[in-house]
Amino acid sequence: MAKAPVSLAGRDILDLESFSVEEYNLVLQTAAEMKKIMKRDIKKVPSLRGKSIINLFYEPSTRTRTSFELAGKYLGADVVNITTSTSSVVKGECLRDTILTVQSMCCDAIVMRHPIEGAAVYAANVAKPVIINAGDGAHAHPSQGLLDMFTLREHGLKDLKGKKMVILGDILYSRVARTNIAAWNKMGADVHVAGPRPLMPYAIESLGVTYHKRIEEAIEGADVIDVLRIQLERQKSGLFPSPREYARIFGLNEARLKLAKPDCVVLHPGPMNRGLEISWDVGYCDQAAIRDEVQNGVAVRMALLFLTLTGGKQIEAAN
Amino acid sequence: MKLLIKNGRVVDPSQKLDAICDVLAEDGKIVKIGKNITETADETYDATGKVVAPGFIDMHTHLREPGLEAKESIRTGTMAAAAGGITTIACMPNTKPAISTSIVVSGIKERAAREGYVNVEVIGSISKDEEGKELAEMGDMLEKGAVAFSDDGHYVGSSRLLMNAAKYITSFDAPLVSHSIESELNADGYMHEGAVSAKIGVPGVPSVAEDIAVARDVLVAGYTGAHIHIAHVASKGAADIIRQAKAKGYPVTAEVTVHHLTLTDEACMGYSTATRVSPPLRSRDHVDAMREALLDGTIDIIVTDHAPHAPEEKDVEFRKAPNGFCGLETSVGVVLTDLYHEGVLTLDQVIDKMSCRPAEIFKLKGGKLAEGAPADITILDLDKEWTVDSDKFYTVGKVTPFEGKKCKGKAVATVVAGKIVMKDGELCGK
Repeated sequence: MAKAPVSLAGRDILDLESFSVEEYNLVLQTAAEMKKIMKRDIKKVPSLRGKSIINLFYEPSTRTRTSFELAGKYLGADVVNITTSTSSVVKGECLRDTILTVQSMCCDAIVMRHPIEGAAVYAANVAKPVIINAGDGAHAHPSQGLLDMFTLREHGLKDLKGKKMVILGDILYSRVARTNIAAWNKMGADVHVAGPRPLMPYAIESLGVTYHKRIEEAIEGADVIDVLRIQLERQKSGLFPSPREYARIFGLNEARLKLAKPDCVVLHPGPMNRGLEISWDVGYCDQAAIRDEVQNGVAVRMALLFLTLTGGKQIEAAN
Repeated sequence: MKLLIKNGRVVDPSQKLDAICDVLAEDGKIVKIGKNITETADETYDATGKVVAPGFIDMHTHLREPGLEAKESIRTGTMAAAAGGITTIACMPNTKPAISTSIVVSGIKERAAREGYVNVEVIGSISKDEEGKELAEMGDMLEKGAVAFSDDGHYVGSSRLLMNAAKYITSFDAPLVSHSIESELNADGYMHEGAVSAKIGVPGVPSVAEDIAVARDVLVAGYTGAHIHIAHVASKGAADIIRQAKAKGYPVTAEVTVHHLTLTDEACMGYSTATRVSPPLRSRDHVDAMREALLDGTIDIIVTDHAPHAPEEKDVEFRKAPNGFCGLETSVGVVLTDLYHEGVLTLDQVIDKMSCRPAEIFKLKGGKLAEGAPADITILDLDKEWTVDSDKFYTVGKVTPFEGKKCKGKAVATVVAGKIVMKDGELCGK
């Protein structure tokens, strides 16, 4: 692998706004190496031996938490999971004290998932270890953005310049949407969003996207469709009338997918509500890269941990 | 006790006064204003090169006492006021218990007289315990010295209750101060809804939440004839509605905070809880509209909405932080820096909006430099350069969005009832 001109050593990974194109490339190239390790029979290397990583999750998560945990373990780090519902957080410990407590145990990185926007920035201001934001409220989910980009590369979309990228659904509450909008705009893509207006931020165009009232016109000629998860609470709080109507009018189904380019890639950050935002057949069709995203999530997270904790110096050992 | 303030530029727009002269105070009152007063005084203040203004009045503060002393007390809040050059503050009723009965009004007045550094006016609640259900005993509270009524911190959601309060108060001739933000639209937001909230993902409060509430409130004022004062106007739409109401002759007045005149929602970009406030810091177009409304008289006065919280309450994730921050120790400096020196307001306008007009609206004795008026005086050094440093604040709630701001202009002395209570930032006389 070429000598990296950039380094992420010691860097907090809080969002993708601050990533340069070179930094994206570094992570994605490293992730490709990591994916090779994952495919080995014995998928463990000592690159992060002696490093400790704490997964601090204030929200339920299957894929993100498990993939960060496995990513650390495949690289030889010690990984501890803290689920806040069984920690001192339930005794009322504030975020500052929880961070300082785990920091005192000499961890090297804290991977944090938190329901409130800005919590990762707050943690980074408090903590000395590397903070990796595994999702903060509706703000950012940088590893998801990177794994989506990695997955698109695998599907032949190496250069996103001028490509029509469409994000469907709940933009208002989605950290994945904000992350991908920032990342894709940085890569020169043409980003479109569509969905019911109550699920859109007030000044949606200011994010650098084109908004469509109906998903058909957004999908037309699309290279990529990223379908966001619709949380059922949103319907209960009155943002759209019913899951039934949502599926019928705003859901991605086979007929609507035909409006996109024939080789259009379908992404979904998961977990899917099949039959709501995405139909059963689309979820499993050849164009759906959804399960690739999960596997690539581990590789990208290995790359992030490796690059932030070692700066990439031991890449040879990893190979 | 006589105090003589020498050689200052004495400015009081209410008296059309702007001249280099002396001010003599005796037993708490101004007894003489003129050139070369030669009388011997117990204390003489040389105000050469400084502006001598009627004491500044801040009609929107939270002293948190009784019940919430971890945030502020009458003592610390009035210390902050004295330090900032404010001679009279009005405290809002969202204490524990709320200021809903005459005994609490009396208690605050008495404690303020004993421990306070500046004058404290009391705003009682409109509804019992600010619960928005039944009217509080406003007549009783007025007799014990309350000057206005408000459920500040809460919108009076019940239009029936507000109508009854408005009709009832017409027997007493005191203003109702309305915290006008429609509650349901306000409930799920933590900052201004706009491009910044879209970007950083924080749920926003639409400005229309304020417009809707202000529209109802001015209509009630017009219908009942009750004086309704709109607290902390922050939206362009609300300012337009107040402008129309005034044009129709409705008995409406309004205030704007220092921060809504000077800060935008861009300040929220780093998720600093020091920017959490209600109404939220809004976008530039709203800030410009506030300045325009202040200049054309739509908005009458400038306030701080000094709303201190214990520092640890603000040291949390953005959405968990309570609304509000302190303002008494920065208001004069920020107004002089960003509005006076930037050419938005003249000195006469600054003094009018921060002293004369508040006294007029709320029928207070101060707000003027005239023989017989209370000797409440703010002395300004218009060119003094200083930096906001919350470590030096007297308030308990140190958090301010102006931390580190370089200011030009400061109150260098505060005189309350003829006594110097602050000189060069140091408190004295207590």
